[in-house]
Amino acid sequence: MNKISPVHSLSRPAASKKQAASVEFRNVTKRYGTVTAVDNVSFTIAPGQLVTLLGPSGCGKTTTLRMIAGLEMASEGQILIGDRDVTNLSAADRDVSMVFQSYALFPHMSVLENVAYGPTVQGVPKKDAYAMAMEKLDIIGLKGLEKRAPSELSGGQQQRVAVARALVLEPQVLLFDEPLSNLDAKLRRRVREDIRELQQNLNLTVAYVTHDQEEALAVSDHIIVMSNARIAQTGTPHELYEEPANLFVADFIGDANIITGDVASIAGPIAQVKIGGLNLQLPHRGAGQGPVKLAARPDAIFLDETVQAGALAGTVRKTSYLGTQMEYDVESPIGNLFVVQYGRKEAIAPGTPVSISFATQRGVAIIPDA
Amino acid sequence: MSRATLGWIVLSWVGFVLLPWYGFERSASPNLADYFVSGSALIHGIRGAWWLLPILVPLGMALVPVVRPSIQQKGTWLVASGLLGLALIVVQGFSIGLNGWTFDALRSLFGEPGPSQAGMGYGAALTAAAFLIILCHGLAARGWCRGDAFVTSSIGIVVALILVFVFFPVSTILASAFADNSGNFAPSAFVAKFMDKSIWGLDCLTSDLRCGVAWNTLFLGLLVAFGTTALGLAFALIATRTEFRYKKLLRVMSVLPIITPPFVIGLALILLFGRSGALSNLLWEWFGVPRSRWIYGLPGVFIAQLLAFTPIAFLVLIGVVQGISPTLEEASQTLRAKSWTTFWTVTLPLMRPGLANAFLLGFVESLADFGNPLVLAGNYEVLSTKIFFAVVGAQQDQGRAAVLSIILLAFTLGAFWMQHAWLGKKVYTTVTGKGDSGIPLPLPRRVAMASYLTAIPWAIFTLAVYAIIVVGAFVRSMGRDYTPTFEHFLTAFRVERADWGLYFSGSAWNSFFATVKVAALSAPLTAAIGLLTAYLLTRQRFSGQRAFEFGTLLSFAIPGTVVGVSYILAFNVPPIEITGTGFILVMCFVFRNMPVGVRSGIATLSQIDKSLDEASLTLGARSATTMRRVVLPLLRPAIVASLVYSFVRAMTAVSAVIFLVTAEYNMATTYIVGRVEAGEFGLAIAYSTALILVMLLAIVAIQLMVGERRLGRRSASAAPSPIAVQAVP
Repeated sequence: MNKISPVHSLSRPAASKKQAASVEFRNVTKRYGTVTAVDNVSFTIAPGQLVTLLGPSGCGKTTTLRMIAGLEMASEGQILIGDRDVTNLSAADRDVSMVFQSYALFPHMSVLENVAYGPTVQGVPKKDAYAMAMEKLDIIGLKGLEKRAPSELSGGQQQRVAVARALVLEPQVLLFDEPLSNLDAKLRRRVREDIRELQQNLNLTVAYVTHDQEEALAVSDHIIVMSNARIAQTGTPHELYEEPANLFVADFIGDANIITGDVASIAGPIAQVKIGGLNLQLPHRGAGQGPVKLAARPDAIFLDETVQAGALAGTVRKTSYLGTQMEYDVESPIGNLFVVQYGRKEAIAPGTPVSISFATQRGVAIIPDA
Repeated sequence: MSRATLGWIVLSWVGFVLLPWYGFERSASPNLADYFVSGSALIHGIRGAWWLLPILVPLGMALVPVVRPSIQQKGTWLVASGLLGLALIVVQGFSIGLNGWTFDALRSLFGEPGPSQAGMGYGAALTAAAFLIILCHGLAARGWCRGDAFVTSSIGIVVALILVFVFFPVSTILASAFADNSGNFAPSAFVAKFMDKSIWGLDCLTSDLRCGVAWNTLFLGLLVAFGTTALGLAFALIATRTEFRYKKLLRVMSVLPIITPPFVIGLALILLFGRSGALSNLLWEWFGVPRSRWIYGLPGVFIAQLLAFTPIAFLVLIGVVQGISPTLEEASQTLRAKSWTTFWTVTLPLMRPGLANAFLLGFVESLADFGNPLVLAGNYEVLSTKIFFAVVGAQQDQGRAAVLSIILLAFTLGAFWMQHAWLGKKVYTTVTGKGDSGIPLPLPRRVAMASYLTAIPWAIFTLAVYAIIVVGAFVRSMGRDYTPTFEHFLTAFRVERADWGLYFSGSAWNSFFATVKVAALSAPLTAAIGLLTAYLLTRQRFSGQRAFEFGTLLSFAIPGTVVGVSYILAFNVPPIEITGTGFILVMCFVFRNMPVGVRSGIATLSQIDKSLDEASLTLGARSATTMRRVVLPLLRPAIVASLVYSFVRAMTAVSAVIFLVTAEYNMATTYIVGRVEAGEFGLAIAYSTALILVMLLAIVAIQLMVGERRLGRRSASAAPSPIAVQAVP
């Protein structure tokens, strides 16, 4: 597979380039009969950003994406693209393109005909449409394959044809519906980097649906986490990981140990939290005095074989060796903990008593809505 | 406001102001002035037909969004205009007939006889259609169906057509069953007609008298259903599970009845077994078996229907037998079941839905069959022929025809309902996404022998029947005089050279040309409406979709005779007066054959990923463009199937058509039936062979015209075309 060639080297007339547009949902609801697929959702995607819709299957993320495209119509609420109300416009009237999970390449057309389809149906003369298509195939690195039928390409190549076809009209907004789900694990990493690079180079507004939180963390400017037809949390990858707003997000983004603590006192933004016998100073994030739930990332928990008096004591139950890291199940008074350690040579044998401590700068956070 | 919407608003005015509102008297020949302005609704309205003038209000309302483009509720104005316009046209059309008011209430309120008007013409049709489209565009503007005017308009058109050409005739027949001969509401007359002894009598059980026609029909239907299912199963088992050498021949035989006009088999049976039939002659001369009329009656109809409908059972069952996963049988064998036990406990139970399906299809086919009973039934009366004679015979009793139609309709709908209720809930999935590497079990000896013993004699008999058809066309008179001759073809298809060119003097040419014309007109229409409906059903979501689906399939379940009766009852009087035209024949065929287009369209569309359409939409192609550039090229197999089926059906149908033909539009089949009744068997047979030949040519031509679908695969495995399985006359 050849990599997508750098785009900035291409000379493109600046006048033809459209401004990336924002996408805004205002209290949008989608119902199918009695089932509510999307429930009163509001968000804004800023121009030129890549925003991921992340969530487990059935959470309404794909429906949200299809409502941006105009493939589903909102039951209530307003949808704006670039400050224009498109709520009642059909898909054909919106300046939006989509890359489908199955790629949806037309089997009765060649690669070139597929990519040139958009301009052709817009009434662009065939010659110009083919020129536009060739330009995009060049960007995507598929020049020379344009005469083939889609079924004669590999999965990764088909995926790039789908991207080229979506790019050819230079849409205000580009949508991806789980674009990597049909690729093997190694190829996935590469393609997602290509997509990110393309988005940044062409300054596109992209909405991207995935259920893979690692993929979302890797490519996004912003992530919208959805659960049960609602938005669970919106934020940058860093915010979601370090400051989950609720139990669902804490659990869904990365691994987390949910532990119970007690807020002893609050001074300014900082709360004194007692966990087991330990005292931690953490941002209180709106939590009052009394019991709270905390999310502790596996790599923010430290284990020490030299047991110290006064520290939280635990016992290693299970040890797994994964090459770059070690994973432990630890039994402790605050519950069973899942701990990851990087760069350690010797594994701690199961049954070893350990003392447990927490990182103070990152990786442990009070969950406000729990 | 899109250009299309504007165009339809203009057309609505054209229909009202320019075109003739009423249809012409068929006797008068209209001049050009009648076509424009002078016959229009506006002129009629000013000259006294005051009831047409209110239609100006919705016409004006449609103009509001045109004149004031700034207003917000464009959609609402269009919807209101469309609804009001349609309502006004329907109300005035149904309340004022040829002889004044049509409702008693109006008569007593405004006095008799009131104003009168003729059936609607081009202007009314255009205005009504334009109102419908305006309504649909308005609904799309209000966000229905994702704001897609093409989709809303398509739904609107199909729904309107189904309402006019399926529900309206059926409700007319219901109404007419509950009316006495002068048209008043009379439930007692219905009860009397319904409980008639000639329908439900059971005298045949206790004495020599005949049983009621309803029992006759049911009995024949059950017999034929059993027979066709058993024979079909035997053929299917031989074709899939044995090393039988002539499997290809079975396939060919399964196509034959589709292109055979339905009564031709009955005809061949008469030529074989009639009083002067070929076989009867031999039996008399060689063995002294006296000639008799045994073929006329239950045995004849039974044999004819068995011959005609076994291939349908075969086609249903071969799919089922092939679909049974061999792994299941192998699993049974590894559990130490003998092959006979496996067949009896695994294979046969898995075929149950297929058997039930074949049984019900055979039953429904037998009930709806008209041609064979007409030719062969003699004194054994069945509902379909009884309905025909109630309308055209000496009795001229439309109410009785309506009652009989309702009984027949109830039987067929009941069979369809049973099929749905019984088979719908059970899951017999044996074809899964996983590859199946098992090898089908060879048939147990007992089963194989039984299959051979039933199937092979039957196959030979079928071949003999078709041989008779071919031979009969080329000899002077079957059974009497075997001199080879082209005489029959000459009588039917003589072409003479006259001063002014070729002169088609053969007696069959008129009906032949009319048939080809009607078939050629109705085939593309049927395919278009059927595939459009399939597209709407699979690719769009809208409220009332289930009811919509039911409506499209309803016309499939209605026996042809019932359709024929209901069409003459509904379309013989204003507001829609189209009996005697070629148009009614075309519409009749379109709605009888459309469900096949729907089904083959649905089958093909469900194999095509929906995201292909969506990809096209997001690339800025509207639904109509998507349909043309993406869906249609991938639908080629379904297009071929529905074109072929509707063309062939239009050529071979008898049951509905026989009510609708006129001297001008006589169809080939009705002409042939007429020849049979006149005893001119040779001519009838010759004409039938010609028809079969034309149909074969047409099938090849359609295949060539539409072409193969290009999928860019190295070996495109075409799905088996579902045309044959759907054959209900």
